[in-house]
Amino acid sequence: MGISFSLLAVTVLILIAYSGVKFAGLHFFFGVVIPYIAIATFVIGIIYRVVKWGLSPVPFCIPTTCGQQESLPWIKQDKLENPSNTLGVIGRMALEVLFFRSLFRNLKFEVDVANPTEMKDESRVIYSSDKWLWLSGLIFHWSFLIIIVRHLRFFTEQVPSLMRLLENLDGWFQIGLPHFYVTNLVVLLSVTYLFIRRVIIPQVRYISLAADYFPLLLILGIAVTGILMRYFSRVDIVDVKILTIGLVSFRPVIPEGLGIIFYIHLFLVCTLFIYFPFSKLVHMAGVFMSPTRNLANNSRMQRYVNPWNYDVKIHTYSEYEEEFRGKMKKAGIPVEKG
Amino acid sequence: MDTKRADKTLNIDYRFPKTGWMDTPVEFKQGMFCHGSKPKDLEAVGFPNPREWSSKDKDWKLPANWKEIVLNGMKERLDKYRSFKLFMDICVRCGACADKCHFYIGTGDPKNMPVLRAELLRSVYRRYFTLSGKLFGKTAGARELTEDVIKEWWYYFYQCTECRRCSVFCPYGIDTAEITMIGRELLNLLGLNTNWIAGPVANCYKRGNHLGLEPHTYKSQIEFLLDEIDTLTGIKIEPTFNRKGAEIIFIAPSGDVFADPGTYTAMGYLMLFHELGLDYTWSTYASEGGNFGFFTSNEMGKRLNAKIYAEAKRLGVKWILGGECGHMWRVINQYMDTWNGPADFLEEPLSPITGTKFKNSKTTKFVHIAEFTADLIRHNKLKLDKNRNDNLKVTFHDSCNTSRGMGIFEEPRYIIKNVCNYFYEMPEDTTREKTFCCGSGSGLNATENMEIRMQGGFPRANAVKYVREKNGVNMLANICAIDRAAFPALMDYWVPGVGVTGVHELVANALVMNGEKERTTNLRSESLKLATESTEVTEKDKKQRH
Repeated sequence: MGISFSLLAVTVLILIAYSGVKFAGLHFFFGVVIPYIAIATFVIGIIYRVVKWGLSPVPFCIPTTCGQQESLPWIKQDKLENPSNTLGVIGRMALEVLFFRSLFRNLKFEVDVANPTEMKDESRVIYSSDKWLWLSGLIFHWSFLIIIVRHLRFFTEQVPSLMRLLENLDGWFQIGLPHFYVTNLVVLLSVTYLFIRRVIIPQVRYISLAADYFPLLLILGIAVTGILMRYFSRVDIVDVKILTIGLVSFRPVIPEGLGIIFYIHLFLVCTLFIYFPFSKLVHMAGVFMSPTRNLANNSRMQRYVNPWNYDVKIHTYSEYEEEFRGKMKKAGIPVEKG
Repeated sequence: MDTKRADKTLNIDYRFPKTGWMDTPVEFKQGMFCHGSKPKDLEAVGFPNPREWSSKDKDWKLPANWKEIVLNGMKERLDKYRSFKLFMDICVRCGACADKCHFYIGTGDPKNMPVLRAELLRSVYRRYFTLSGKLFGKTAGARELTEDVIKEWWYYFYQCTECRRCSVFCPYGIDTAEITMIGRELLNLLGLNTNWIAGPVANCYKRGNHLGLEPHTYKSQIEFLLDEIDTLTGIKIEPTFNRKGAEIIFIAPSGDVFADPGTYTAMGYLMLFHELGLDYTWSTYASEGGNFGFFTSNEMGKRLNAKIYAEAKRLGVKWILGGECGHMWRVINQYMDTWNGPADFLEEPLSPITGTKFKNSKTTKFVHIAEFTADLIRHNKLKLDKNRNDNLKVTFHDSCNTSRGMGIFEEPRYIIKNVCNYFYEMPEDTTREKTFCCGSGSGLNATENMEIRMQGGFPRANAVKYVREKNGVNMLANICAIDRAAFPALMDYWVPGVGVTGVHELVANALVMNGEKERTTNLRSESLKLATESTEVTEKDKKQRH
């Protein structure tokens, strides 16, 4: 159900852009109005989400410790997996955000019997490393980032040298003209893999919602239309740049000659931007706020304050002694009141 | 459940139901859940909606406005816990956690996949707290809050041991323990607890410990252990109770004082402290290091924990030493000072024997006994005869809470290696931060749910079995009282012939005490001769246990 719903949703989006531009001639709407709305929604939406999370405090210091704690001086602490200061936390977060450290740990388990549904006494469970999710996730995110950065060339008059370097690196694998970007292929492959694993791995399929298929298909649509534009139904870069520079300088103009594929591509990108803050995609911002990762395990060394801590009723020692004084005295346990 | 049956087969069906999880009603299977809480236990601590009810009944007699209570409860907690709000929002359902849960591996029940356990709550969150859920309903993964949902929560939030293994593998650190804790808090608002948790909470509140031992009983229980030590070593130990002016107050999980094989660990504490001449006291008021309140609600956890600092203050001690316990140390490390601190009436812990300052417990003033003892050994303050543990081939189980909520890995290993000649590690994917739960943590160590305990403990037991076959391991060491209570049954079931011990029992076996008579047996009255197979060990263990 989730798949068909998502497929339908992406198809409808494409049709909206197609008919809107082709039949209704809403070039300005799809080329200017929607992109402005998308950017505004994205920025405001992300801020809204982050602020909303931020308004809820983190009452307790609850890092998930994945290594040796800071202890006696001769015991080697695992400063990245169990940080006890800010520097360590920064290192841990960097590993997490840049290299997906936790996903890198991924294991799969197998049972070494003919029928794994009958776990017998003599069965042995074997755990082995399973890096496919980590690998596909990592290359997907990095490719996507590089592609976004590459796109920034459309928004500047002069292309900065750093961006040129990135483009050259990305385009090292040259097949004809224009340069073929490795990231284009990688993003396509990794998204496809992420989609396929969602469908074929029973556990993942069972938990998947439309909200899981939709972004994958949407990104697939964005990648395909982008690749079509670059390598097949070539779009005039100069025209694109007129539009984009117009947008960033707040003097929007609609150049002639931008093909329908461009508008579809742009509309899907805009949809992604609008959808982003209100979906699971906000994990991009959320990961930085995860209290099991971004706190130092130092709550035994440094007081951690809960802003809403309140007094509670406890059974006091005097109440306790009141109840048991006789028995305590008899047993030779010291008491406060003779 | 017959834990002695010959054919030990777990029939695990990893295939998924044809129906989606929201359309697959919860089925209460025998042996998988605990008895419901009793009204008297809830009344004892003032929990809401106490009443007679049974988890097996169709009608759970929920209060009339139950739905409002739950939704308000969720709203309140979304505003109080960033973890809760964030973890409701950012899961991408990548599935990395799915097969990391010992309950999923052991049962094959899809709702035991951490992601789905969280979705049980998340689906309700979407329906009532998000726009997409309100608009698109099921397509957006949202569902109505019904009585069946409450039952499903109760069934599955008490099939989670809050072990945090999933959280290690989650790319965003989503911690199912947080979700289970919130889920249980919500259930507690409706008076839905388990008897096995609510009972000890009530006991602990009034009498100071989970077992409900009154002060004189607590003392006489320890005196019984002193007699045993006397028989073994010829040394008479006279510890003090509730003594003002002691330098240190010692807090242990009450399970160690009361039940085998934890009692041997308690004997270990007593012998070690005596040998050191430590100026310390036990307390009958703060006679519980563990905290079953932590398994019901944040507030109850705080209420039970408060006694420790209160007692330390009343007795005027300098600092606190804590025994071997799992969730007790999660609480001390991550909650205690925040709840009940600042403990500014105490001093920064300093070992009176070695002069070591325990800088990592600067604010809580609470030192783990494994840190304390490791430091003693490092400074050669103990005379140890490792050979006295030669009948044991030891492996070490990292307890969930001390691993993933603290990170105490090397200290116990250092101690074991110094008191035992034979030590073997289990496979690395099952130890340290990746350790598997005993299957009985967070208040699940009852008897009526033995089936789920044996299934949930299966991954751990299987790893023990591996070192048993490879290295002849016959002793499973740990630093957790619930482990010591839960493992004997698990070992009997899956890996017969493996005993269970606390680390300080091993220490006491090896500890050469001043003026002791020649020891011919270990703490368990077993011959010190090298035993190739400790069958007699287990026979004796069994007798004591049953």
